Amino acid sequence: MNCIIIDDEETARVIIEQLCDQVENLDLIESFPNAIQAIKFLNKNDIDLIFLDIHMPDFTGFDFIQTLKNPPKIILTTSDKNFALEAFEYDCIVDYVVKPITLTRFTKSVEKAKTFVDKVVAKPQQIDTTATENTISETDLYVNIDRRLIKINFSSIAIIEAKGDYIQIKTDTKNYTVHSTLKKIQEKLPDQLFLKVHRSYIINTKKIIDIEDNSVLIAKDVIPVSRSNRPELMKRLNLL
Amino acid sequence: MHEVPNNTYIKQLANGNTAFEEKLIAIVKREFPEEQAEFIKNYKYKNYITAAENVHKLKNKIGMLGMEKGYQLAIDFENDLKVKKTILYPEFIVLLNQMEDFIMNL
Repeated sequence: MNCIIIDDEETARVIIEQLCDQVENLDLIESFPNAIQAIKFLNKNDIDLIFLDIHMPDFTGFDFIQTLKNPPKIILTTSDKNFALEAFEYDCIVDYVVKPITLTRFTKSVEKAKTFVDKVVAKPQQIDTTATENTISETDLYVNIDRRLIKINFSSIAIIEAKGDYIQIKTDTKNYTVHSTLKKIQEKLPDQLFLKVHRSYIINTKKIIDIEDNSVLIAKDVIPVSRSNRPELMKRLNLL
Repeated sequence: MHEVPNNTYIKQLANGNTAFEEKLIAIVKREFPEEQAEFIKNYKYKNYITAAENVHKLKNKIGMLGMEKGYQLAIDFENDLKVKKTILYPEFIVLLNQMEDFIMNL
């Protein structure tokens, strides 16, 4: 689960950063001293969870939430207990944590958020099954590499390989290493084109050159196919 | 108010990470005098609503230093300032001075 922090007070940001560091499976992507900067960031990045201070000058936490069309899950971090009732009028707010935040309370809150994030059914970009190759090539994905968002056309992707905390996206022209998981990227990919054939590999089925026993050849790469995924792969093929 | 500031929370948070502890203390040492001065200026000029916001911000540091009574005092004073009541000012200033001494010796 990835997250960002929005708090105008540096002390508070550093404390939450430290708390994030102590919780497993929580990746802090960025910290922002104000909501405006965060909105710009959220326009270009998918985030699962926001730690949001309510009481900020100019633009409060609630003002911020109202600007978001599809807000991620939010944990409010505040020194003010008076907003608790208002907070729970927002579906996106999963918890309300009063500063100073202890690790125990923080961990509990993150666990709670995780149950909500896990329930969210990712909506892959819709592709008409009758679409032409050109239509597919217009559908793309942005990946964050060294703070740059790089556009990758789905149709150019051949293989995606899990490598620890990273994935490697192999395209026709270039390979990209991105801090993410196969599960996350799979949610963003059109099902019609991509198939997870092994716990470490997702392939573009249009790029298959040949299939032999429990492997497929894509470009120059031989990719293993696990026994459980083979039936689904065979279903996708236009067999003579 | 028989309550003294302490660094228990900071130590627990750092969990032995001295680099983090030093970083946090350095930030608090920089931020606290600024926030304190801002509050005193706004109070002096009777900008009580803004002063209440300053108290709100200081509340986080009061809590960090383990001052539970001080934290409640800040809540009460913040609410008072919003309705231009200043009776808790002397007590709050004592609290700030106590924090200042402690923070600068961290």
